[in-house]
Amino acid sequence: MDTAALEVVDLVKRYGSTTAVTGLSFTARPGAVTALLGPNGAGKTSTIEICEGFRRADGGSVRVLGLDPIGDATALKPRVGVMPQSGGVPTGARAAEWLRLMASFHASPIEPDLLLERLGLTSAGRTPFRRLSGGQQQRLSLACAVVGRPEIVFLDEPTAGLDPQARMATWDLVTALRTAGVAVILTTHHMEEAERLSDHVVIIDHGAVVAEGAPDELTGRRRDVRFSTDAPIDADALRAALPEGGTVATVTAGGRYEHTVTAEDPESPGPEFLAVVAAWCASAGVLAEDLRVRRRTLEDVFLETTGRELRD
Amino acid sequence: MMTEHTFGATVADSATPTLADDPGLFSPAPGAAPMWRMVAAQARMELRVMLRHGEQFLLTMVIPVLLLVGFSLVNVLDVGEGPRVDALTPGILALAIMSTSFTGLAIGTGFERRYGVLKRLGATPLSRFGLLAAKTLAVLAVQSIQITLLGVVALLLGWEPALSPAGVIAALALVLLATAAFSSLALLMAGTLRAEATLAGANLVYVLMLGLGGVLFPTSSFPAPMEQAVSVLPITALASGLREVLAHGALPSVGTFLILGVWTVVCGLLASRLFRWE
Repeated sequence: MDTAALEVVDLVKRYGSTTAVTGLSFTARPGAVTALLGPNGAGKTSTIEICEGFRRADGGSVRVLGLDPIGDATALKPRVGVMPQSGGVPTGARAAEWLRLMASFHASPIEPDLLLERLGLTSAGRTPFRRLSGGQQQRLSLACAVVGRPEIVFLDEPTAGLDPQARMATWDLVTALRTAGVAVILTTHHMEEAERLSDHVVIIDHGAVVAEGAPDELTGRRRDVRFSTDAPIDADALRAALPEGGTVATVTAGGRYEHTVTAEDPESPGPEFLAVVAAWCASAGVLAEDLRVRRRTLEDVFLETTGRELRD
Repeated sequence: MMTEHTFGATVADSATPTLADDPGLFSPAPGAAPMWRMVAAQARMELRVMLRHGEQFLLTMVIPVLLLVGFSLVNVLDVGEGPRVDALTPGILALAIMSTSFTGLAIGTGFERRYGVLKRLGATPLSRFGLLAAKTLAVLAVQSIQITLLGVVALLLGWEPALSPAGVIAALALVLLATAAFSSLALLMAGTLRAEATLAGANLVYVLMLGLGGVLFPTSSFPAPMEQAVSVLPITALASGLREVLAHGALPSVGTFLILGVWTVVCGLLASRLFRWE
């Protein structure tokens, strides 16, 4: 029953000598939110722009609603909603008139005034685009993407630079689209956004998928024990004390040492595991501050799969 | 007394309906509007943005009217033989045509490209042909307003154009062909240069063509080699062609149409090959 709304297979995109996308594959379902999550420069925008038909792939294939984004563009465009990362509206155009223009390109659009009202933009309707706040510009751009009642929408960083209220409004809209059966594909580097909003997360790094699944599939039921100290500890001794093996990882932050202790079976660090760690600390004379058992978050998965070094 | 609410609402407050109240709002119902409706809507939008833009309004309406009124009333420039307004009006009309179909179009399109508007429109059901058609309609609409405005001002100044049916048809054909030539050149610049370069270049070309192109006085007052050099400019062809028709009651030469035709074909071909949408 689940026909894919979007199918990306072995996608390759090169710019000169650099390869931005290196054999990337994933699918997205209708009535579901698929988040492409990755650090800057991971290839998210390249991927989404190929799906939108703005760029040509150098290898692999993309099918949007079963069609080719460039070859079948005329048939596809009425069915696809697009929100670019920024801009896309003439600076002198007023919010309401631009949305009405976008609506007039479609056979049975959502009433523009209603959409403006639902997005809290009614009072900004006569304001030229350049004088809208960043959040208002983003919401107008979002409204333009959905006004034609598309079957699939591509949102490129829909909440970048938004204040918390505007972000919540955007999340509400994405949820409403999902409920209506629209396939939503969005890019983000907000972990919380991906975790709360999406049915399927595709973590991309260096142009390829490094992990994918439902948010709780990705985070799993995995737990670990964490604590911090103000001096280094003997990690090898702690590891040797663990019942069935396991790992001890330490990072230094702000002059403190943050330790993560993982059991051999990461899904079952039981009460006795915590007791072993606490007992070892006591015998070694280490005061374990902020000792806690913690569920893995999407951020942990993200950092594990994409590494911790800074990107530009 | 009510004060005007000038802040943009941040989010819908609790009193207004929210997205959750209307789950069917986003039920997919895709489909493109008929082509004519898309083109008409886009053309209206282009027209509004053009007329609302302060500097463009100055360039397309205010400057031509001021030049016409000023040089008709004040005897500071040798505009050629006959009543001053009769000699000036054809050239000013040519300038007005150029200001819209070249300067305004180039700058507007250049910044649309810069701000991702052309790219965004490329993702809508409006085709590139539809977009070009809409821009053409908007340019022609502005030019109709300009011709009407300048015609009325000139008549008030005592303009007595030499009008014959053949002359009117020839003048309209000249205007349309010149519009095609100027628009092709505008799109060539806007689609290949950076927006700032287009802005500077289009204004520079406007000033140069105003000075050199036989707008305020016939190019016959230039030295012969210079007259020949500027005679191949599209503005010179349009201005001298309109002067032939409206001041002298003659028909423009075939060469005039040929010059505008060559500009159209060359710039049009180059623009269609080199135009970058983003």
